[in-house]
Amino acid sequence: MPANFAPSAADYLRILPEIIMTVAGVLIMLLEGWLGENKKRNLSVQTFVAFAAALVSAVAANGNPGLSFSNMLIVDGFATFFRVLVIAVGILSLFSATQYLKREHAESSEYYALLLFSVTGQCIMATANELIMIFIGLEISSIATYVLAGYLRDDKRNNEAALKYFLLGSFATAFLLYGIAWIYGTTGSTNLSTIRIALLTPGSETNVILAGTAAALMFVGFAFKVSAAPFQIWAPDVYQGAPAPVTLFMSAGPKAAAFAVFLRVFMTAFGPITSRWEPFVWSSALLTMIIGNFAALMQTNIKRLLAYSSIANAGYVMVAIAADSQIGVAAAMFYLAAYAFMNIGAFAVVTHFSRQGEKFVNVEDLAGLGWKQPVTAALFSIFLLSLIGVPLTGGFFGKFYIFKAALDANLVWLTVLGLLNSAVAAYYYLRILVVMYMKEPGEATLSLQPVGVGIAATLWISAVGTLVLGIFPSVVLNFATASSALVK
Amino acid sequence: MPTSYSDTYFPVLVQIVIAVIVAAALVAISFLLGKHVKNRVKDSPYESGIAPTGSARERFSVKFYLVAIVFILFDIEAVFLYPWAVVYRELKLFGFGEMLVFVILILVGFFYVWKKGALDWSHEAPGDSPYGDPDAAPQSSVTKNAA
Amino acid sequence: MPNAVPLSWYLILSAILFGLGVAGFIFRRNIITVFMSIELMLNAVNLTFVTFSYQFKQVDGHIYSFFVMVVAAAEAAVGLAIILTVFKNRSTLMIDDVNSMKY
Repeated sequence: MPANFAPSAADYLRILPEIIMTVAGVLIMLLEGWLGENKKRNLSVQTFVAFAAALVSAVAANGNPGLSFSNMLIVDGFATFFRVLVIAVGILSLFSATQYLKREHAESSEYYALLLFSVTGQCIMATANELIMIFIGLEISSIATYVLAGYLRDDKRNNEAALKYFLLGSFATAFLLYGIAWIYGTTGSTNLSTIRIALLTPGSETNVILAGTAAALMFVGFAFKVSAAPFQIWAPDVYQGAPAPVTLFMSAGPKAAAFAVFLRVFMTAFGPITSRWEPFVWSSALLTMIIGNFAALMQTNIKRLLAYSSIANAGYVMVAIAADSQIGVAAAMFYLAAYAFMNIGAFAVVTHFSRQGEKFVNVEDLAGLGWKQPVTAALFSIFLLSLIGVPLTGGFFGKFYIFKAALDANLVWLTVLGLLNSAVAAYYYLRILVVMYMKEPGEATLSLQPVGVGIAATLWISAVGTLVLGIFPSVVLNFATASSALVK
Repeated sequence: MPTSYSDTYFPVLVQIVIAVIVAAALVAISFLLGKHVKNRVKDSPYESGIAPTGSARERFSVKFYLVAIVFILFDIEAVFLYPWAVVYRELKLFGFGEMLVFVILILVGFFYVWKKGALDWSHEAPGDSPYGDPDAAPQSSVTKNAA
Repeated sequence: MPNAVPLSWYLILSAILFGLGVAGFIFRRNIITVFMSIELMLNAVNLTFVTFSYQFKQVDGHIYSFFVMVVAAAEAAVGLAIILTVFKNRSTLMIDDVNSMKY
């Protein structure tokens, strides 16, 4: 049977962002080899052009949505949303990385190539409609990020972060794969729509149990990747040890992409067996919020504090998944966008403040920042207030929509406990604000250099993003709601 | 035709038993019939060969590891050529184009590894190659990573 | 082949291998051994894929196991490089000694 596998032009247009970024990354590797070590050239501009072209083509691809490559990939509103989000995260981390690399005397084009490859993997995750594609995308993204986490290879903390990220990430991948293997065995397919149809047809009880087991295994894999409890143990060490701009990147990009596949797989393929997985997500969401917030209370290192904050925020998104509704999906999408901006902003401040070798990463070091650099401090305050969930910021509407979705799904107790958690969280974010404005400037603050162009761009874009999402939430929310009806 | 699972695998069991018997017999016969001489020459690793110059458990240069790591990649990538070769006739030119892209990507990797000096064994001085020996003190801040 | 080993035996074997991998990951202290445990888990997955593929008389599962192998190789390359840098900086391969970050 000579089937025609040759893709059409429309197929290629639908993965144009991935193609652009892959080609750019490969060209950068070639150039690096060609130019050699002595003629080191800063390739950040070329990387930016590639990202911008990918962003444009991702938006353009939404004009012609549909399945492509034998139903392996799907371009829909949901995919476009997350593609635009992860490419934007790539651009913002590129801005803050250029300055960091110069400061650490570690400029090299590999960093940019790895960033491009990682974002490519995340784009594939966002568009994947097939479990093996999800696996491939996840691995492209993860492997590049493992290397980035250990980027300064003579730095002990970088090594340790890379090692832990690598070992636990691979461990999680193995669980995910074992789940995929079992779902393939149960339903005979790895295509999400086919799996859904197979699970909808009344079958034997054994099949439902096997599918539930597979869903549980895949849940373990995804929970690791989004740092949800009880699989969050790696996150604090990795976030603390990795270079600040890499932490900025991996707390937003890979996390958003992992949530994208989490949502897509559990809402479409595993939709028919909701009752089996919902209790897991429910309890994991609660545990994640509690562990994240209460552990963050005790942190003195700001990177570690933001790592626990990142865990807690994953918990809020898990609440939206537990709601298991279209509103829940839309709320999760909105929150991930808002979280990306405020979190990137916060880590950009950390990147700026920590100085060479990341000397100043304690909360107390920030003393008096409000007087030394009022603009930076003001922008940082916007991010922190958004993380608390103060009105007029993206974080407020994100939490609002999530808890509304949870209430609509009758998850009253989860909502109440989630709101209490947000109140606890306010304490440690406010502590940073107090240190910044109420304390006398110390040695760390007084020796601070002015903000560089790259980090300033990251800060301003993130701040504008946070405020736009807070003041005109309907723009993004309407798109999210329209695309939350996933193709099933 | 054998009818049950155990029947199918009975010949394998017989073979295992025969193999064990033969192996045991060879060891036993040489032990019973051979002469037992014990001295330093007999106990050395290569009785009639060159005398060992030192312990075998030394630390190897990191270059061996690097080559091994690169080898794993290029070795395993070739696995995709097998399914491709099987369906090559059906895929025709499209399959050729796709595999061309794949091979070009591998070649880019090879070019990169080559240009980075990972295959270069001639520079012995530490610091000359970015992948110097593991015992050398860490060079200043890193400019590169090994992937 | 009507009289082959029952398929469930392969699945049980793969489950045992996967369990051994998980146990090795949790209880072993040498980084290389921990890494080998992960590879064992991935091989258990491959065995599962091939078993199901054989059962369904499809080739999909075989191809998936190729993908898993290739990705595992890429992971191994990056992982070994990371382990090498850790060893270079700390001269130890015991996982408990790699703990510079405590709150």
